[in-house]
Order: sequence, then structure tokens, then C-alpha cells
Amino acid sequence: MAHHCFSRFLDLSLFRGLKGNQVISCADILSAMLLRGIGQKLQMAYGLNARLLGFLKSSRDKVILPCGDIAALVYLWNPFTIVSCVGLSTSPIETLAVILALFGAVTRRVPLAAFGFVMATHLSLYPATLAIPMIILLGYGLDAPPIKLFLQTRSVENEKSSTSTVTKQAKSKQTTHLPFLWKTVMHFLFWVLLWSLYVLVLCALSLNKYGGVEEMFKRTYGFILSIEDLSPNIGVFWYFFAEVFDFFRNFFLIVFHVNVLFMLLPLAIRLKHRPCFLAFVYLAISSILKSYPSVGDSALYLSLCALFVNELVDMKFSFFLFCGYLGISLLSPVMHNLWIWRGTGNANFYFGNAIGYACFQIVFVVESVSAMLNHDRALRRSSSNHGEVNS
Amino acid sequence: MASLVRSWIPLLILQSFLVAVAFGSKEAEQFSEALLLKPLPDRKVLAHFHFENRAPPSNSHGRHHHLFPKAISQLVQKFRVKEMELSFTQGRWNHEHWGGFDPLSSMNAKPVGVELWAVFDVPQSQVDTSWKNLTHALSGLFCASINFLESSTSYAAPTWGFGTNSDKLRYGSLPREAVCTENLTPWLKLLPCRDKDGISALMNRPSVYRGFYHSQRLHLSTVESGQEGLGSGIVLEQTLTVVLQPETTSVETNMQPSWSLSSLFGRKVVGSCVLAKSSNVYLQLEGRLGHESKNVDTEIEAHKLWKNADFDLSLKPDRVLRESSGLLFIFDIDKSSDSEPFDLGLNWKLPSKWSCQQAPLQASRFLMGSGNERGAIAILLKATESQEKLPGRELTDGRCTIKANIFQIFPWYIKVYYHTLQIFVDQQQKTDSEVLKKINVSPSTDKVSSGMLEMMLELPCEVKSAAISIEYDKGFLHIDEYPPDANQGFDIPSALISFPSHHASLDFQEELSKSPLLSSFKEKSLVRSYTEVLLVPLTTPDFSMPYNVITITCTIFALYFGSLLNVLRRRIGEEERFLKSQGKKTGGVKQLLLRLTAKIRGRPIEAPSSESPAAESSFLSTKLIFKIILIAGAAAAWQYFSTDK
Repeated sequence: MAHHCFSRFLDLSLFRGLKGNQVISCADILSAMLLRGIGQKLQMAYGLNARLLGFLKSSRDKVILPCGDIAALVYLWNPFTIVSCVGLSTSPIETLAVILALFGAVTRRVPLAAFGFVMATHLSLYPATLAIPMIILLGYGLDAPPIKLFLQTRSVENEKSSTSTVTKQAKSKQTTHLPFLWKTVMHFLFWVLLWSLYVLVLCALSLNKYGGVEEMFKRTYGFILSIEDLSPNIGVFWYFFAEVFDFFRNFFLIVFHVNVLFMLLPLAIRLKHRPCFLAFVYLAISSILKSYPSVGDSALYLSLCALFVNELVDMKFSFFLFCGYLGISLLSPVMHNLWIWRGTGNANFYFGNAIGYACFQIVFVVESVSAMLNHDRALRRSSSNHGEVNS
Repeated sequence: MASLVRSWIPLLILQSFLVAVAFGSKEAEQFSEALLLKPLPDRKVLAHFHFENRAPPSNSHGRHHHLFPKAISQLVQKFRVKEMELSFTQGRWNHEHWGGFDPLSSMNAKPVGVELWAVFDVPQSQVDTSWKNLTHALSGLFCASINFLESSTSYAAPTWGFGTNSDKLRYGSLPREAVCTENLTPWLKLLPCRDKDGISALMNRPSVYRGFYHSQRLHLSTVESGQEGLGSGIVLEQTLTVVLQPETTSVETNMQPSWSLSSLFGRKVVGSCVLAKSSNVYLQLEGRLGHESKNVDTEIEAHKLWKNADFDLSLKPDRVLRESSGLLFIFDIDKSSDSEPFDLGLNWKLPSKWSCQQAPLQASRFLMGSGNERGAIAILLKATESQEKLPGRELTDGRCTIKANIFQIFPWYIKVYYHTLQIFVDQQQKTDSEVLKKINVSPSTDKVSSGMLEMMLELPCEVKSAAISIEYDKGFLHIDEYPPDANQGFDIPSALISFPSHHASLDFQEELSKSPLLSSFKEKSLVRSYTEVLLVPLTTPDFSMPYNVITITCTIFALYFGSLLNVLRRRIGEEERFLKSQGKKTGGVKQLLLRLTAKIRGRPIEAPSSESPAAESSFLSTKLIFKIILIAGAAAAWQYFSTDK
């Protein structure tokens, strides 16, 4: 599969060779390969969990989709990825750092995960929110159905084989919480500290003449947080801050940035058994509420979404969302051209598009979270039914 | 008697002292007025008023002035201005027809609008503060919005590109400033005779502003006395340059129009300003005409020049000076009176043609590209015909070269990419090392400072044209930063092209009189020319929409927050039942929470409560009070911090 996708990609890179940078297309290839690695791990985990819960034995008709290959293909063939690569945007590099971090965490290569995390945060600040899913991922392991389900099935099995060798003590030991691997997490935090120190020292050395690290923070993170550039992009902030009264500017800056942070905790509590999915939701949210979003961010979360094809098969509004994304990606260049280049359009034309895009992204995030929770509910229901049938 | 004498002596001493002081300063403070008239090749007439006011160095700060305007001397003392020039201009100087290589054009051809530059005599750290204060003072003094130059986005600190090498120099210009009588009146107020008497009485507003070009300039410089304890003297030079079209009745198109002062200005000079040390009128005739006259001159006496075959003057000149390319007639207006007003006229008899001496390269500037996202600025330097005759060519490494300095300020919303600088010489692209001798770039910072480009080109003498292009992105502004007529566009100030190896001066063959105008012409002045002001249209947001944008965006946020939270806390039947069964087992606080949620949802509580309702309500009320206090505290803190700013 990898060869296949790589050969397809080669054709594509020949096309891109017309105008494109080797570094950026290499980053894209690498991201796709790492995504495939993540997908394979997730697929294995999904199979294992399904077997443990006893679905695979009974229902042969349900096939596990190769989510890694699908995600890699979605990433490579996504028009958004192609556009950001051809446009020589740096977002493929940021994407690579994020995917590297997730890959490291999934394959439990702690230094690699820490490196990816630090680089992603260094490049675009918003991946800092990934700290929560990565710690959960390293502490509890890969995505799995809620722990209660395992307990339920196990208790059913135990009841079934109550006459067998399983004793009461053994059962009580098994029902305790899943162990949180403090040692790995500490290891991870240590490496994060080490890498960030390393990056900061390098920055300080190279920026020694130009004001040092402090100036760098002001010019990079400060620029991100205090939305100074009002050039049109696919988000909604540029127009908002071009129009809002100066007096309220600081207030709205705080409100909008806090909005990114507000949802972190509720999501983490509700989805703590699915850290990879949690990472996807965080990335999607930050791509909606980012100061300067680009379609490259959408490319990242859409391909991460493809990792959960098995869980999200029942997602609602998927056709509606597909049409919406298609419509926006066709309309926004037109509106941009009308406004900026021809001067026949108005700023509101393009802003309307950006509003529509934000709406579709929000519906997408909400529906995918809802579908995942519904999937867990369905698992629980079927497992309890399964247990009843068995008993 | 003795007592009377004793009481008189101090008074007498005081009086004689006062008289001495008064006479001393009166002798030193000098004012002189002059008017230069010059027919231009394109059937127009240039009138250049020149007033010079000199205040000598003095040792007291609160000094009394007889002639020198107090406002200016206070300005100089307060802001420690070393040199300053302020100009108000309307119309563009036509370098092709009006000349580009004489002191008159290099000093008086100014960019459209207001231009101000000043050199300060303060420590480096206080220069910006002084500049800001100076702009405000001048703004009040001249009824113009010079105070807009206060903002750090509108001025720059040129290092060498401007021609004056000083690190305490600040330069700013306002291309959009409209210049009219309200700027001229305060300017005239600085003259001792205002416009009541002398040459300035000619300044009839309608005729002055009817012209093709109008530039009023104020240049002041301090003269160090060189003595300990003495303050510095000030030289204030005020000039007004107008280019007028004389009304003509002749049908012949190649005939130069005849004119007189009264036909040009609608007024006559009835006498000099009594306070002026000298008041002269000059008539300059240059070009081919001058040479021809010169040939004639060898035979005829100089005083007969004023009536010849080509033209005749209505008045007899007092003196005639010869310069390299023409003639200068000097008239003294002291002799005129009410009964016999001074009304100089020039009457052409034969058609004549001549051309002005031009700068080695003629500069123009234009925009390239379309759309409101990006574009490019190009500066085109074209060789003029007179280029080969000019002095000032340099031989470097055996090559003949012309040096040209380009000085350009970019407002921050023109985000220039300096790496895209391209130089074409005779339509062939050249690398930077070939023609670029020196370059100094200070990039702009968004909303903080403007960008500046200074470069020195070294072009071969036989160059036909040279072009420089540089690309930029257009910025997007906040709605408050747009001017009221946002769709008109934004002005980019003129670029200044100067030729450091070329200096313009008029050298008169005879030793001059002490006229300040002629001595300023004799000084070598840097040849410089300003390019056009560019009008850049910027993208505009919808100015009527702020409320809509705020409400729609906030709706989006509410949609995001509400729907996501709803999905996260949604429970389906069985889960709720499971939770309730758990809730029944636990007592106390959990049950209370359960009750609270049930109360909020408006459903009856299923499990009977064992506790008394009074205790429950008191608990609820304490919680409510706590919440209220929390919110009130937050509000108070917000209020405190917001008012603190």
C-alpha cells in the first residue's frame, strides 16, 4: 500500500516539480508515511479491543477498514494539501511536526514525541494544547472503548465461568482502574523540557544580535496572540478586528483566545479513553479559532479524521459537510478575486464565505464528537446485549 | 540742583544704554526683499519673491527684536533647531520647460503638499521629541495639519540620501495637504511690512493662486557666532515661487507673450518696504536669447541692452549683469513712488525660442501591476538632451559616470520587499554590484514606523535610461485608520533624486552687489528633483458593517461553544437512570446536587428527601450569595483595572 501511494505521489510530485519546493513535498511524503504508521497502530488496537469485547467472533460481516492507508491517501490527495504545497506555504512543515509528535506518542518513542511536540509548539503555538492528549496517550495507551465496557464483559465472562479457577480476589484486582504510567509521562515531560531548552538556547544564540529570545517571543507568539495583521485569510478574525472598535479590541482578544482553552477540559474529561481522537478534536478546534488559519490546517485535521473511519461510519451530515467544504473551496477564490483583484465585489462577499467555512468546520467538529460518543454508546449497548444473550 | 542732577544721571545712563542696545541690534538685524522675474520657454513667467531676515547672534534669550519675527526666534530657541525648511506647494514643477539645473529650480522645485525637514541641536535621544513639538508649533503657526507629521509612521531619519549628512535630521512630507491663502497669510505675517508695502504688496491672492505652480518656502538656519556666551544668530529666508501665464492678445503661437507687473499681478509696486535694507527687482533672460544678446553686447553699450531688436523693457535697468547663459537686469525700486509706480514690463518684438538647462537625468515615477493585493513602484530616469554638456561628470576607473541618489519613504501599509529591487540600465537588467554604489534600507514596522530607502546609483555617462523597480504588498488597515475619503486612495510621498556630483550655481561675471538673492544663487546648490506623488488605492472594508460583523462573529462563537457543550453533556436514558441509581446510594452532597439539577431542569424530584427544606434552602441561598459575591468581585476588579488605564 505504501508503495502504491508513494508511486502515486511521485506522479504528483512531478506535477509539483513545476513549482514547488523539495523540502515541502518531502515533508508531505513523510507526514503521509507517519500517518500510515499511526493508522496501523490504531487499527491493531481497534481489532484487539473488538476481539476483547467479543464483536469479531460473533459478527464476521463487520470489516475493519485499513484506516492508516485511508488517512495517508486522504492527506496526499486532499486538494487543501496540494494547494498549500504548491503555494509554498510552511503549513506542511508544521503538519509534519504535529504528526511526528502523535506518531512518537502512539509508538511510545518518548523522545521523538517530545521533539515533535516542542517543534510544533515552536512553529505555531496552537499545538501546545496537544500536551493533554499526549500525556493521556502515554499514560493510558491507545484509543479504546471506555474501561467500563471491559469490566462489564469481563464480569459477564466471570459469571459464565464462575465455577472455573477465577477467584474473587483476582476479579477484584482486575476491576481496579487502568494503571496510569507515571514513569513514561515523567519521561515525556523531561524530554519536553530538554528539547525546549535546546530550541531556546539555539534561538538565543542565533538571535543574539537581534534582541534575543524575548524579542522572538514578542514577534512570533505576540504576533499570533495580538492579531495585528489584518490581511484577509480563511478565518473570521481579520475582518472582525478590522471592524471592531478599538476600545473593545483587548476584550475580544481575550474572549476569543479563552474560547480555545475553554473546551479543552470538558473534552478531555469526556474523551479521555480516546486520546488520538481527542488530539484530532483539539487540532480541529484550533484550526477554527486560530488567529491566522489556512487550508493547510484543515488538511491536517481532515486526514486525522480519516484515522477514525471505523468509529465514525455513522457520522451524520457527512454529505452535507462534503458539499459545504467543496462549495467553500470553490467560492472563496472567486470572492477573493472579485473583491481584491477586480474591485467589483465587497469585503462582505469574502467574509460571508469565511463565516460559512467556520460554520461548516464547527458542524464537522460537533458531529464527529457526537458520532464518537454515539459509537461508544452503541458499543455499550451491544456489549450489554451480547452479555445478556450469552448469559 | 545737585540733587536734581544726581537723580537725572542714572536715568540718562539708562537711556543712553537703551539707545545703544537698540541701535546696535537695529544695525545688525537686516531685512531685504527681492523679486526675480523670468520668462519661461513655454510662454509662462516665473516670479520668485525672496525675503531674507537676519538676526545677529545675541547673548540674551528673552531678547527684543525689531524686524525679526519673534515667533520664529522663540521656535528656534525652544526646540534648538539648527536648520529647518518648510514648504507648501501646489502644482508640479515642469523640469523640462522650467529648468532643472539652476539654483532656482533645485531650491524651489518642491513636492506637492507640505514638506518639512529639520536638523536639531539636541542630544540624539531627544531629537524625536523635539521634532514632535516642532510639528505642533508649526502647525499652529501656519494653519496647516503639519501635526500629522508627529506620528512616527510619517517621518524618517535620512542618513545620507537627502543630501544633508546629519544623524539629527528628520524629514517628513504630507502630499495631500491643500495649500491656500490661510497658509500664506501667517507666512506674510512674518515679514516686517506684511503685504502692505514693498514687493510683497504684489501678492494679490487671486493672481498668485491662479498660477500653474505655487510654492511658498521658509528656510531658517542658525549661524554660530563663534564667541563664548553669545547665542546663535538666525537667518530666515522666505521665498514664494509662482509660475503664471500672462494674458496674451497676440495670435501668433510662437511669439512670446508680453507682460507687465500690473498685468501679471493686477497691482503695481509703489515703493519699497522702508524697513528693508535693499529691495530689488531682477529680470533674468536666459538661454539662446542671452547668448545672442551677448554677441550684440560686444558692440553696443550695456545700458542700451534694454531696448533692442528682440524686446524692450518698459523701464531702464540700473545695472546689467552677465552670467554664463543669460542676462540679469537689476532694478532698484527705491525710486518709485505713488505718483510714479514701478511697473516693469517686457514687450517682445520678435518670436524667440530658447531652452532651459536641464538636470542630467529626468526622473519620473509610476506604479505597476493591478489589483489591490500587490504591485510595484518604478522610478524611471531618462537622459536629457543637455546631459552631455554638463559639468560634474566623474571618471572612476577610466569610466565616465553620473552619480544619482534616490531617497524614498514608504508608508508602512506599502509593505516593500527590498529583495525584489531590480535595476535596468538601457533596458538591460544589471546586477546590484554593477550600478549600485551604496544602499541603505530601513524596513517599516506595521503601525510603528515607515520604511526608507536610500541608494546611490553610479550610471555610465552615455546612459539613455535607467529604471528601478521594487515590489510591494498592500496592507489592510483598521477602519479607523482610513481617511474619510478612503476610496480615493493613499498617497506615497515623492521620491527625491539628487545628483551629488552636480552642483548648480549662477556665476556672474562681475562682482556682485551684496544682494542676498544673488549670493544665494551663487552658492553651489545640490541638483535635486522630486518625482510625482503616487496614489495607491487600498482595499477597503465595508465601513457600515461593524455591528453586523461583531454580532455575526459572536453568533458563530456561540454556535461553536453551545453545540459542542451540548454534545458533551448529552445523556441518553439509560445513562441517566444509571446515574440516578448511583445517586440514590450516596447521600448528602450528591443528593443535593441531584436535586439542584432536577430543579434546574424543572422536573419533580423522584426520591423523597430526608432533610428539611429549610436547611436545603439555606444551603442554596449561601451558594447563591457566594456566587453573587464572586460575580460582584469580578465586576469590581474589571472596573478597577479598566479605569486604571
